[in-house]
Amino acid sequence: MEKFEVLRSSAVPLPVENVDTDQIIPARFLKATSREGFGENLFRDWRYQPDGQPKVDFVLNNPRYAGQILLAGKNFGCGSSREHAAWALYDAGFRVVISSYFADIFRGNALNNGLLPLQVSDEVLQRLFAEVEQEPHTGFIIDVAAQQLFVPVWEKNIPFDLDPYKKECLLHGYDDIDFLVNQKEAIEAYEQQRVWAF
Amino acid sequence: MTDEVAQKPNPTPPIMAKTLFDKIWDAHVVSSIAGGQDVFYIDRHLIHEVTSPQAFDELEARGLPLFRRTQMVATADHNVPTRNQHLPIEDELSRSQVDKLTENCEKFDVELYGLGHQRQGIVHVIGPELGLTQPGMTIVCGDSHTSTHGAFGAIAFGIGTSQVAQVMASQCLLLSRPRRMRITIDGQLRPGVTAKDLILYIIAQLGTGGATGYFVEYAGAAVRGLSMEGRMTVCNMSIEMGARGGLIAPDQTTFAYLQGRPYAPQGERWQQALAYWQTLYSDADAEFDAEVRYDAADIQPMITYGTNPGMGIALSTPIPLAVAESEAVGFSKALQYMGFAPGESLLGKEISHVFIGSCTNSRIEDLRTVAAYVRGRQKAPHVEAIIVPGSKAVEQQARAEGLDKVLAEAGFELREPGCSACLAMNEDKIPAGAYCVSTSNRNFEGRQGPGARTLLASPLVAAITAVEGRLVDVAALLETTFVTESEGQLVDAAASF
Repeated sequence: MEKFEVLRSSAVPLPVENVDTDQIIPARFLKATSREGFGENLFRDWRYQPDGQPKVDFVLNNPRYAGQILLAGKNFGCGSSREHAAWALYDAGFRVVISSYFADIFRGNALNNGLLPLQVSDEVLQRLFAEVEQEPHTGFIIDVAAQQLFVPVWEKNIPFDLDPYKKECLLHGYDDIDFLVNQKEAIEAYEQQRVWAF
Repeated sequence: MTDEVAQKPNPTPPIMAKTLFDKIWDAHVVSSIAGGQDVFYIDRHLIHEVTSPQAFDELEARGLPLFRRTQMVATADHNVPTRNQHLPIEDELSRSQVDKLTENCEKFDVELYGLGHQRQGIVHVIGPELGLTQPGMTIVCGDSHTSTHGAFGAIAFGIGTSQVAQVMASQCLLLSRPRRMRITIDGQLRPGVTAKDLILYIIAQLGTGGATGYFVEYAGAAVRGLSMEGRMTVCNMSIEMGARGGLIAPDQTTFAYLQGRPYAPQGERWQQALAYWQTLYSDADAEFDAEVRYDAADIQPMITYGTNPGMGIALSTPIPLAVAESEAVGFSKALQYMGFAPGESLLGKEISHVFIGSCTNSRIEDLRTVAAYVRGRQKAPHVEAIIVPGSKAVEQQARAEGLDKVLAEAGFELREPGCSACLAMNEDKIPAGAYCVSTSNRNFEGRQGPGARTLLASPLVAAITAVEGRLVDVAALLETTFVTESEGQLVDAAASF
């Protein structure tokens, strides 16, 4: 996993609530056995016509908007546990998704891939949408160590929650797997003392 | 009630009072780390072809062995064709993914119920059938409907592929404990109102994100009255309201289902297991972070009209005229996709496709319900009706009971097992624009194929719709026809394997 310390970027607005992982990456594109290349099918059926022509009204095809931050409606990433959704967003260049809340499995998958799910209040989210739609080039600064989203036009820092352990992982590019493999002795000791083993 | 509360002097619960969820969680904490995460032990790890290949690759890239390979079981389900399973898979990408699973299972020596195996099937159907799913266990799989296994009083939930690799490497995950919610359904379900209607009702009440951050315990007389199949249907859809999982305290129904299954404990170990399992319930004074109560009598046969499972209504009532402002964008987008209008009734809508299957409703009880209704009837000529059993065992059981003939005579096609048109990874797709009444779990845009329009319902509603060729007032129809026909249909198929 790549380190994530500070990001400066504009944002792409997707003001739709309950965006499910079938929209982020439809099931028919989950047949690959590697992690690469999912970005081209990100939001496939919202982004392209059946014949592969871009749908002009979808935000990723709108030249007004660009950036590594996706601004999305509440309950982003609901549905399937497919980590391909996080891979697709990352592969397409996104490093942060801002929403007023995230589905649990998606949140975990994103963090395990260096994609930051940044939760703000409903009110802040609505203001961010308004800001970006009015001024698409508005820049944001996201500082993981400080746990702050800086909105320069507001001259304001918005704090966000982040699990202390996951924060360390992001800052250093650590994976849970490194940590867990180092717990081998404790895990074996646990197995020995279990009251009921199946 | 009011008096009782008022008179209670300083209600301090006993220190040890715990929820069922906490009893199981606490028993699986290896250690806790700063920041509130637990190193959490996993008893059973189920894998399938779609979300495991990258995890095996990661293990190999890091030169790590499988930590506890005997606690893993694999099956091929998401991509498999439901016709001619004895022939090579035609779709090249699907074939390569299924082949990759076989290859990985051989290389790492993992037990595989692959295509062609007589116990192959949907991972959440074969786990319980084989007795792999037991009370008090922790069970994970790279699939969000792993919540199904909670029906046995287990903590079971879906994980991403990075976590699949973590469990492979350490049999553990790093997790923070979710909050607990209890959903109590008092009373008894009306005749013809099934477990599927119950869970669609709950999700419609709470919304598609209403239980995010929670692990749900289902309780109350209506839940106790469900068969294991019904309980699995309920727990299966916990994720559709955002819950990490759902569980139901084990009881005699659970134990009777499990006894004698291939992986269930035998002899003295069965007695030991039973003694432990009987301690798995929420203590009377246990506190939940949220409590919700519903009355079973209020639940009618349900259907969804939109593009998330929270957009559900009683079949006899119209689509809402409007929803809360915070849901308004999704509501109008959903109705546009579905070709419906606010306030419109769904009764009389012509339906061209009926899909009976998926990890939600593909068990023998579901097939019996459908067969009981369609016996002596015919599907409408314009309807394409397919039934995809959840496993080879369900398929064989259906054939042994002669259900295949009943279904064939009614014009329903009984296929071979797999996830099929629930997520349309194989060739079982619903055409763009077509309406499909489906017993599966998700009505997301394009879920059953690009442009497909899904209406989620119970197997009984699906069967009736196939016969009528359009949506009808099922509750009214049932009052006159179904009650007498359905007698005896809830007999548990469990013991017959």
